[in-house]
Amino acid sequence: MATEHTPSIPPEPATPPESILDMGSRRLQLRRRLRHFYDRAAKIAIAVGGIAVIVAILAIFLYLFYEVVPLFESARVDAAATYELPADDGSTTLHLAIEEQSEIGLRLGQSGQMQFFQLRDGTPVVNVALALPEGTRITSFAIDTEESGIFAVGLDSGEVLVASYDYTTSYAQSNNARTLTPVVDYPFGADPYRLFDNQAVTTIALRSRSGNLLLAGSNGQGQAALLRASKQSNLFAAFNGDSGAASFDIVKTTVPMLVTGTTRMFIEGDQRWLFFVSGNGLIRVLDMRAALNNQAEQFEIETFLTENGARPTRIAFLLGGISLLVADSTGVVSQWFLIRDGQQTRLERARFFPSFDSAVATLAPEQRRKNFVAADANGSVAIFNSTAHREVFKQALLTSTPGAMAISPRGDALLIETTEGMFHYWEVHNEHPEVSWTALWDKVWYEGYSEPEYIWQSSAATNEFEPKYSLVPLSFGTLKAAFYAMLLAAPLAICGAVFTGYFMAPRMRRKVKPLIELMEALPTVVLGFLAGLWLAPFVERNLLGIFNILFVLPLSILLASYLWLRLPSDWRHRVPEGWEAGILIPMVLLFGYLSFVLAAPIENLFFAGDLRYFISNDLGITYDQRNALVVGFAMGFAVIPTIFSIAEDAIFTVPKHLTYGSLALGATPWQSLYRVVLPTASPGIFSALMIGMGRAVGETMIVLMATGNTPIMDVNIFEGMRTLAANIAVEIPESEVDSTHYRILFLAALVLFLFTFVFNTVAEIVRQRLRNKYSTI
Amino acid sequence: MNLNLKKWYSTGTPWIWLTAGAVAISIVMVLGLLVLLTVRGMNHFWPKDVMQAHYAPPNAQQEITITQVIGEFVESENIIAQQIISSGIPVDESQPEYRRELLKLGNRDLTGADFSWVLTDFISDVEYPANLVVLERREWGNFYGYLQSVSEAGTVVAEVNIDEVQDDSAWDEFTARLERALALHDEIYKIENQDIGEINYRVERLRLQQRRLELDGRATADALADIAAQRQDLETEYEVLQVSLIDLYEQVNRDTATFIAANAQEKVIELADVVRAYRPNQMGLGAKLLGYGAKLGEFLTDEPREANTEGGIFPAIFGTVMMVMLMSVFVTPFGVIAAVYLREYARQGFVTRAIRIAVNNLAGVPSIVYGVFGLGFFIYILGGQIDQLFYPEALPAPTFGTPGLLWASITLALLTVPVVIVATEEGLARIPRSVREGSLALGATKFETLWRVVLPMASPAMMTGLILAVARAAGEVAPLMLVGVVKLAPSLPVDGNYPYLHLEQKFMHLGFHIYDVGFQSPNIEAARPLVFATALLLVIVIALLNLSAVALRNHLREKYKSLDV
Repeated sequence: MATEHTPSIPPEPATPPESILDMGSRRLQLRRRLRHFYDRAAKIAIAVGGIAVIVAILAIFLYLFYEVVPLFESARVDAAATYELPADDGSTTLHLAIEEQSEIGLRLGQSGQMQFFQLRDGTPVVNVALALPEGTRITSFAIDTEESGIFAVGLDSGEVLVASYDYTTSYAQSNNARTLTPVVDYPFGADPYRLFDNQAVTTIALRSRSGNLLLAGSNGQGQAALLRASKQSNLFAAFNGDSGAASFDIVKTTVPMLVTGTTRMFIEGDQRWLFFVSGNGLIRVLDMRAALNNQAEQFEIETFLTENGARPTRIAFLLGGISLLVADSTGVVSQWFLIRDGQQTRLERARFFPSFDSAVATLAPEQRRKNFVAADANGSVAIFNSTAHREVFKQALLTSTPGAMAISPRGDALLIETTEGMFHYWEVHNEHPEVSWTALWDKVWYEGYSEPEYIWQSSAATNEFEPKYSLVPLSFGTLKAAFYAMLLAAPLAICGAVFTGYFMAPRMRRKVKPLIELMEALPTVVLGFLAGLWLAPFVERNLLGIFNILFVLPLSILLASYLWLRLPSDWRHRVPEGWEAGILIPMVLLFGYLSFVLAAPIENLFFAGDLRYFISNDLGITYDQRNALVVGFAMGFAVIPTIFSIAEDAIFTVPKHLTYGSLALGATPWQSLYRVVLPTASPGIFSALMIGMGRAVGETMIVLMATGNTPIMDVNIFEGMRTLAANIAVEIPESEVDSTHYRILFLAALVLFLFTFVFNTVAEIVRQRLRNKYSTI
Repeated sequence: MNLNLKKWYSTGTPWIWLTAGAVAISIVMVLGLLVLLTVRGMNHFWPKDVMQAHYAPPNAQQEITITQVIGEFVESENIIAQQIISSGIPVDESQPEYRRELLKLGNRDLTGADFSWVLTDFISDVEYPANLVVLERREWGNFYGYLQSVSEAGTVVAEVNIDEVQDDSAWDEFTARLERALALHDEIYKIENQDIGEINYRVERLRLQQRRLELDGRATADALADIAAQRQDLETEYEVLQVSLIDLYEQVNRDTATFIAANAQEKVIELADVVRAYRPNQMGLGAKLLGYGAKLGEFLTDEPREANTEGGIFPAIFGTVMMVMLMSVFVTPFGVIAAVYLREYARQGFVTRAIRIAVNNLAGVPSIVYGVFGLGFFIYILGGQIDQLFYPEALPAPTFGTPGLLWASITLALLTVPVVIVATEEGLARIPRSVREGSLALGATKFETLWRVVLPMASPAMMTGLILAVARAAGEVAPLMLVGVVKLAPSLPVDGNYPYLHLEQKFMHLGFHIYDVGFQSPNIEAARPLVFATALLLVIVIALLNLSAVALRNHLREKYKSLDV
């Protein structure tokens, strides 16, 4: 080949040699300029590219932050409109409501007129008169929930009319414009229910759930009437879709009022308890279900809802009908709920909001979140979240006293009618009221729980569910998993690094180091799978064997070292120094095996044949198959190579002359290691531990597969846990984009990011310092 | 003696040995894990002998009921008597421990459970009959039993003569007809998945095209008519295929075979349902090796069956490779540019040091955090924008606004870019200054030096970085679960339909396959061997990648040692 190339060499240029040295020729000048241009362009391109990549990487942090920040923003309320309702009939407002799209408002007046109007300017949409019996007057009002729209009005004739309002949506053919039409219906029949004969119903309460209706009314004269109407299961009615013709089974009873004076009544969401609240705040509870079944009534609970002689001004149920919100004349709003503690039931004040200076004039719970809005007599309006114990917003929005108030289903519109008859409409921006420092990191008293607790429970099937976003159980699980992993990994990895970096023969080291570093490359999904499907059952069957190993192996190694010393010296000299680890491999295998073999007789002797059985049956300790022990092994395995390789580097790079000096002064190898090498390398070992810890904290797949993923808080080594990382992996695909849950998961990711980043940075700085120190020694 | 002990202690020898022990334990753990994976993973494909025995465990009524068990031995263990008793078998308590065996009995359609623990003490008459047949089926898992007869359209064409032991005519008839059924099945598969799949794809594209025209206000009568005509053509094509499919189905359903399972249960099996049939008890070593090879081949090249618990993992291999390749395309240039900038162009000082530390540490940030970033930023924000700008016709169904191959690759590229940067930087740092200075002294510009001298010399380092990045990406699962991996993708991300590479599609991945089959599958016992095999494959791939990176790095070190003056 080479010979064939010779002819292809271009002939010598014919020009004289001096012209080659002519650096000023146009061509060369152009070429130089071009090269210069390329150089500059490349420099700029590389700088831009390089900086862009680095910025992009760092942008992760910024983006996570960007997603998390809205969680901690306060609510914002923008005034949208103020108007009077033109067709006002002058009667007192019983109820105000806003429809789903925040387009239409509803005012129900004492006269029985339901005025539907455009929310933005008060233009009437339609007026519907309730079908009150001839000559009757409304004396009381109660609503089930805003969501159902079912309400009842008590009449002076002793009757109660149950009605409901809803909206139908239709789209215009031409431009797809949406039209909302209000509908007033009588889901429990157009005929009123009679509670009393010719005595006005002064107080009323109702609950409706899946076609059942519970009513409680008082005649103001010490008597309460209870009524239950349940839809008859009529097959044909269901077939015809003819609900109007449905008939109801009615059960009715009368009981004495439990408190005296002006009384308010409330039926709790479970449809079991009936609360009576007197004008001075005394509350008594009746088992309504028992009363309707003519069983003995129970008067278990009696307490005052207000303190310091305050009178309750407004009382309403929080979403779900479990918590009673009590607003009083001193400006305090408190949250109460029933707690069932074994056989005992008691009413507890979970938290209170002393936000206002004057009496609370009106109170409205939100329909989809555990929020509520309250306004005091001076016109201060505040929005609260009960779970987070947070005042999301507070401002003096009005100059006059508010009367009725409504908040839209989506919580984005607020309507207040002042006592002067003016309607004020605000747009509300309140995306994440559920989050506060307390909600995330402190014990929270959730509805129905007997005491404040740390709980992570992000979602459930119903809308009324109270989301529990405590990050404490998850952080606890993360640290627990990391702790058990480090318990295994730290001693093994550091001892291994000490031997490999200091004692081991170079030939063996060249083989051992890549092998252990190969461990680092093992996909964690494989480790997790082995931990969950192979190790977990194995540990469960050989629990004692596992614990045996912890004792047997170190002892056997010590025994081996002693026996080695007693061996004839020419045997010993056959194995070169620094190969002890190699000799020990068969020992480890043998004694590891023996630990399991020995387990059976020991178990038969002391633990009734099976330790695992003994633990759960005799000691009463919970044993999950996928537990912290298994995670400790699997994640320890994943972390060993990380710690090992950094620590080994630190030990190996300790300048040799330090050791030689120490040895020359008569120290034994162990003494020079312990007194010279380890102190010098200790920053490196520390940083190895930090990085290992960082890895254990962020590991996802192993914990996902080798723990039960239940967010419990228990140090028990035989129970599982849920970690931050696993929680993200499990929940984020199902969480709604930009919801509070979604952002909290981002917060968890940010916490992980910061945690590992800080750990790693500290470790890295320590290592760099160490490197500089070595270079000066 | 005493003196010896003291001397032994005072020299620190016990501590040295303890540290040596730690190394030994670590080595045993790594090797043990590899051996465990290899044994369990490779075991799966071996055509195991099938035993037949009588099993008569004691029961509460003190009666003796003997059942026949036919199945493969899986594993055995000791169990204490109490536990057996609490599970409802009244064994003698004076014997503290019993041995029990896990048998794979198959025949899930007949008995409901295909795995069963049996107590070794109550097994008798164990034998390995030569004419026991194992059928691997498309549904219901394995079948174990004896061939009785083969029928064509209901008429028996071959029958096993019970009296003659060495009569193989029925078996030969069965295998011949099975081969025909398999060939037909392949044809059906091709039509259903490729031809009809292609037509469906084109119909969908026509729908989108029409919607696009409507959105742009260009939906003239001509254009619509044109689309309608094309759709008509496709429908005609589809009908032709449908006819041939019906014909093929009739043909493939022609043959059936009658088998006798354990406890003389008769079972008619359609040959169309059978994937493979063999008689392991009369296979020699050679035949078994062949069977092993065939099953291994199926594992590597076939699609999964029965909710991923049987069959092959080809789509997962393909998806992993595709994703890693795309990731390499993204990660290499950016990683190298960043490294070159940091090492060659940026002014070395506090800022570069800080950046270097930051980049280094990003490699230690939990991978799930990258997944969260990918999901939130790439998919919901970027993807959502892309959909609105370029794919309005498909909305509200997202095109790029949903997890997919592209986003998975970019997310993993981001995750692995620190690896490439660090490795490349290391390579650049190793190149002696004298080389650069020589080039500059000859008049080359900085860029020319970089392009002609430095980068070629650093290329093995870049390769190392890339290989390490690929190895990390191939084993990473947690972020992928958020940004594009699914348990079962209907089609590969590369196919014969324009634009051939479907970046928006979801894909399957080896690591996720392990997680999914091992932890989400309904029949874990049956899936376990397959998961071991998959895990072994993944570990082999990653170990090879890592070892080659190490070899490259060592090679590089040797090469520049001589240059260093």
